[in-house]
Amino acid sequence: MTSTFGMRTPLGRVRGLGAARTGTQHFWLQRLTAVANIPLVIAFVFIVISLLGRNHAFVQQTLGSPLVAIIMLLLILSVTTHMRIGMQVIIEDYVHGEGAKLLFLIANTFFAIAIALASAFALLMLCFKV
Amino acid sequence: MSDIKAVERPLSPHLTIYKPMLTMLMSIAHRITGFGLYFGTLLLAWWLLAAASGPNAYAGIGSFMSSFIGRIVLFGYTWALMHHMLGGIRHLMWDTGHGFGEHEREWLAIATIVGSIGLTIVIWIVGYLFVGGAR
Repeated sequence: MTSTFGMRTPLGRVRGLGAARTGTQHFWLQRLTAVANIPLVIAFVFIVISLLGRNHAFVQQTLGSPLVAIIMLLLILSVTTHMRIGMQVIIEDYVHGEGAKLLFLIANTFFAIAIALASAFALLMLCFKV
Repeated sequence: MSDIKAVERPLSPHLTIYKPMLTMLMSIAHRITGFGLYFGTLLLAWWLLAAASGPNAYAGIGSFMSSFIGRIVLFGYTWALMHHMLGGIRHLMWDTGHGFGEHEREWLAIATIVGSIGLTIVIWIVGYLFVGGAR
């Protein structure tokens, strides 16, 4: 039984969550959102092209229509999740001071949530014509 | 007990030793475009908030986006988005264990850069053709 995992408890081995206790969660979420981003970004490009040079009333109506708004909300959810964990990796790679790293990781989460909430809020305003 | 003097271990080759390779440049570009797109979401949030705020705010972002600087930013944003997407598809393919061969990875690197530039140009041509709706 004593192999490379000799120092780990049987429970820890079965759980397979590793030292950070999150297992493959980060890896999986990065891939899941990456896959989701492909059709959503393609749809986003078409939405933006269809709104180029249009007046405010047209843009308001289009972004507030259910199909476009749902695609945009899904895009925001997927993109902000993806970018948050992507930036986390960049910070962990290049910021070595523990204090600075912690501050950057906090700022990263704040930024991603602020972008997500502001964008989603704006879309809901457009949907409900407020 | 055992002698605990430092053992001469082989050093991992550092970045500066390598001759720049296309696959390596594509890897760096993937990270840089991801970094750029992260802050590019500010434009997306600004655009949506402006649309939600009313015609005046929307005209404000419209005049910035259609200015020369605005167009440069949007062009760069388009390319970064396409490059990161194609690079990401390459990564998803690698996740399944495919595309690691000597010629495959070179071909994929070329496809990523050629594809991202090509898609960006196509999007902008279509964009200019459809400004203000199909004519």
